[in-house]
Formats: sequence, structure tokens, C-alpha cells
Amino acid sequence: MREGEADPGLYDFRPYRNRTPIRWPGGKSVAVWVSPNLEFYEIDPPANPHRKSWAKPHPDVVGYGHRDHANRVGHWRMADVMTRHGFPGSVSLSVALCQHVPEVVEDANVRGWEFFSHGIYNTRYSYGMDEAQERAIIEDSIRTVREATGQTIRGWLAPALTHTPRTLDLIAEYGLTYTCDLYHDDQPAPVHVKSNRLISMPYSLEVNDHYGFFVYNMSPRDYADALIRQYDRLAAEGETSGTVMCIPLHSYLIGQPHRIGAFEEVLRHIAADGRAWITRSGDIADHFLRHDYDAVAADAARVAENAR
Amino acid sequence: MSLDPSYLVYERRRRGMDHDLYPWSNLFTRKPLAWDGGVTVAVPIVVSLEWFPILPTDTPFRAAGHMQTAYPDYRHYTAREYGTRVGFYRLLDAFAAVDARVTVAVNAAIAERYPSIVRDIVAAGHEIAAHSTDMNGTIATGIDESDERDLIARALDTLEAATGSRPRGWLSIARSQSWSTPGLLADAGLGYMLDWVNDELPYWMTTSAGPVLNVPLNHELSDRQIVTVQQQSADSYRQQVEDACTWLVDEATRFGARMLPLHLTPYIMGLPYRIGALEDLLRTLREKPKVTFLTAGEIARQTAAQLPRP
Repeated sequence: MREGEADPGLYDFRPYRNRTPIRWPGGKSVAVWVSPNLEFYEIDPPANPHRKSWAKPHPDVVGYGHRDHANRVGHWRMADVMTRHGFPGSVSLSVALCQHVPEVVEDANVRGWEFFSHGIYNTRYSYGMDEAQERAIIEDSIRTVREATGQTIRGWLAPALTHTPRTLDLIAEYGLTYTCDLYHDDQPAPVHVKSNRLISMPYSLEVNDHYGFFVYNMSPRDYADALIRQYDRLAAEGETSGTVMCIPLHSYLIGQPHRIGAFEEVLRHIAADGRAWITRSGDIADHFLRHDYDAVAADAARVAENAR
Repeated sequence: MSLDPSYLVYERRRRGMDHDLYPWSNLFTRKPLAWDGGVTVAVPIVVSLEWFPILPTDTPFRAAGHMQTAYPDYRHYTAREYGTRVGFYRLLDAFAAVDARVTVAVNAAIAERYPSIVRDIVAAGHEIAAHSTDMNGTIATGIDESDERDLIARALDTLEAATGSRPRGWLSIARSQSWSTPGLLADAGLGYMLDWVNDELPYWMTTSAGPVLNVPLNHELSDRQIVTVQQQSADSYRQQVEDACTWLVDEATRFGARMLPLHLTPYIMGLPYRIGALEDLLRTLREKPKVTFLTAGEIARQTAAQLPRP
């Protein structure tokens, strides 16, 4: 990014009309990826000077216990429903989960899920890190996931969405191909980085279960309805040029017994619709890089030229 | 800019939990529990019966529902008292209508101030669990350990004096504990606590003073969370609990006993325009085969008979 400037210069402006069409495999109109956040939160993390972790003095029994529900209960319930309806996961992983509860990581791996990094712990924030420290957590992420799963991570979702101005350049330098931290579009797009190619993968805060339940205070059925409306719209618009819908989840939320049934209806709806390319984030990134990246970059140049 | 190097040191990055309170365990692969009589889903109802002094304290924190305006906060003092004198009796009638025995987590101050309420609870066959002294009796790290020990003892002694029997269960205000709380509860002879929400079945916690059983009281399914925090209707609350029950009944056929805990607050669900939804819900739950209302203490008793103490 252009540090210190009003416009961080992350990407080019391209309005949502007359775009070079993106075509997904099999003539599908919308690429759907489900992103379980498989996380580990520390009960007594050290303080980061730029962000507080728990709201209460440690131990924050409800805050910590709620999230711990994920690895004891929620993950297994959620993963079972996803598998039943043919949805693989693209995991936003606190990589220390590989040490703490390898059973969850192994379960996801056996199900054919992809892993990308969500930092070491969701209680260790990047704010304030120097370059060497940030390189250390990227290298730790790559090494830890490779040792635990055999996979090489291709994506990044910053731990607890905490960034530094150099994060995107660094992950591109290490060969990662997509970031889930930019929310400016319903289609992938090139991101300006110093080396290699990095794209923005549409993730979503708006239909993230955390936002649904704790920002918008939706009931489980209302959240399910929001997801279905989001899907139906993106599937219709994707007939013109392929769109992406991400469903970001936290199993301690969606895996609660009062929510999982309504969520299962969403997966049933999408699976039955026929317009969805139900896939993983890395597969979307690979396809976009191979078939669309250059054309979209040229599109951006054309828009910039027309704007003169 | 740079962080202290210790920020990238992970001393507890290891197999299992990052503390010694309990080991990791998977609900779906551990040895199943079974409730007596072929019950598949046990529904513990826990009512928090609270007294809020009009003079709130903030040490270590101010409880949810406490005074909010400048002194004297008549609106919150009296609205909470409404729950105790009116709403709670609506709840008692609703429980009687479906023949449910419930657990009432009682501030000791309630027993001192309103002994007839305690008599009504006991006469109806409900269980009394300890729920601190009054709503200024909050616990969190920072509270002096001897003060915490004293607070627990005063709550238990007062309830024992009022009812003739010492409570077996404990609920902390806002489920908030210090590092010492599980050990102090075990040391006080309590059999179970309702504070930790990380599981859907009871499990043993280990402390230096011996084991204490945690009976998870799902905070997400509480009337406080759904109605007061998330601002959803009583009908939506009813729907959500029914959906949870449907799911758990199905899960129980494959994985063994399940729990559907309901945490109720008299000044929230005991209002005239909300109580009907709760009555409907209780009738629906009662009509489901193999779904039964059990007190938290009864669930703890049945669990302890099946799960070896650590």
C-alpha cells in the first residue's frame, strides 16, 4: 500500500458495469465458498498496545468459553452439515490450532478442506509489528500448516483482521496469491503489490455469521434468509460476469443448536439451485489468475484511460 | 515501530488447552451419557432471582441489569423488583402448568429480604442454587481471594439457614470467575457450577481443591441474550429454542444424551406480553417424547454417576 497517503492505492477503480466477463467452470454463475474460521483464542494472552483482547479481566469465562465451544462441539456439528450437502471448507486457520487441537485440523484436512492463515492465534494481533516480526508469523504459518496438513497456504486473512502497511506486499513475496482482507467487490481483482501477483478474494463481513448475529442481531432464521437473498442475487448477476459469494463462519456461532438447522436449509437451497460453483477459495484464485487476471488488469487500464 | 519480542513467544503453544482447568474433549466422540428413563434431551431451566441494591458497586464490575442513571435510579431498581414480586410468580405458575421442576439461582439477599419466596420455591419442589450475595457480589480476577471465599461462604450459609439445606450448585453473576473460583467452589463443597459455556454436556473441571462439575448453561439461548441483548421478540425466542430442541432430539438418536438449557430472568421473560410465548414453549417441550425438564442438580447427579471423577 501507499503508506501515509489518503488513498492507500490497494487496487484500481472499476465500476460494476461493462466489465470484462469472468466465466466460471461449467458455466456456473457464482462461485460459492464457505469459510469456517478454525481458531484458537488464548485464555491469558499478552497485551498488544494497540488492541485489547478480552473485554473482561482474564479469564473471560464467557468470551473464552464461547469460542472454546467451537473445538469441542461446534466444529463437528457444522462440518457434518457442510459435508452432507457437498460444501468443502476454505479454512481461516489460527495455525496454533495445529498444536492445540490437531484433531480439528486433521478432520478438516480429511474432508478435503483448504487452509489459509488467520495468524498464529486470534489473540495475537499484527498491529505494531516490525517487518521481521511480520515475516516470522508468515513463515510460522507456512511451516506449521505444511507440517500439519501437507498443504501450502495460498491465502491470508489477518489475525483478528489486524494489519500493517506491509502485510500485503509480504504475503505476495512469500508466494501467497490471495488476500481475504479487502471488501471492495463481489468479484476477485488484482491488488497492487511490490512483487508477484496477489488478488483480492471476496470474503464478506456483511454476511459473516459474527456480523449477522452480533452486529445486526439477526435471529437464526433471519440470517439464513439473508444468506439465501445474497446467494440468489449474486447468482442472477453472475450470469453476466461470474460473481463470488463467501459464507464466513465461526462454528461457536453457526454450530449452536438453535442456528444450525436454519443454516442447513441455506446449503440445501444453494446445492439444489444449479448455478453455483461450490468450491474453495484457492481454486477460485487459481482459476482467476489463469483465465481472468490479465483481462481484468487490462480492463482497469481501460477504465483509467476513459476517465482521463 | 516494533512489538516487545515476548509478543511472539508462545509459551503455552502445546497439545491440548492453554490452561489446566480441563482437557480438550470432542462432544461427538466421547463416551455418551444417558439420562434416566430413556430421556434423550434433558431441559434444565435455570432462573436467576436477583436483588439489585440501589447503590451499585463496580468492583470488580457492575452486573448486567444493574442501576444505570444517576442516583436514585428508581426505574431500574423497581423494574428489577417487578421481576421478583410479579414476573417470578408468573414463571412459577408456568412451570407448575407443565409440572416442571426447575433450578432457581438465588441471590442470598433474596432469602434474607423475602423468605416467603424461598418457601414458595421449596414448596413447589424446585432446586435452589447459590447465586452470590446480591447483584453487587460480582467476581473477576482482581478480587481478593479471601473476599471471594467469604462471599461464597456467605451466600451458601444464608441460603442454608433459609431453606435448611446447603445448595449443591453455584452460578456466578454474569458467569464471571477469577482464576481462583473453581477451586474455591470445590473447596466450599459445591457439587456443580453453571458458569462455563464451552460445552453442551456436563464435564469435570479439576482444581487444587478437587474436582467440580461444570453444567453448561448456554448463554446464547438465554432470554437475556436473545431478547435483551439481541433485541428479538419473545416469539422469536420460542422459535429458536424449539429449533434447538428439534436438532438436539435428532442428534441424541445418534450420539447419546443431550441438554437444552434455558436460562430465564423474571424481569425479562416474566412480563405480561412475553410470558405467553414462554408458556407455549414449555407446553411444546413437554409434549415432545423423551424430552424432560430436569433440574441442574438432577443433571449433575445423573452425570456424576456416569462420568468418573478425575
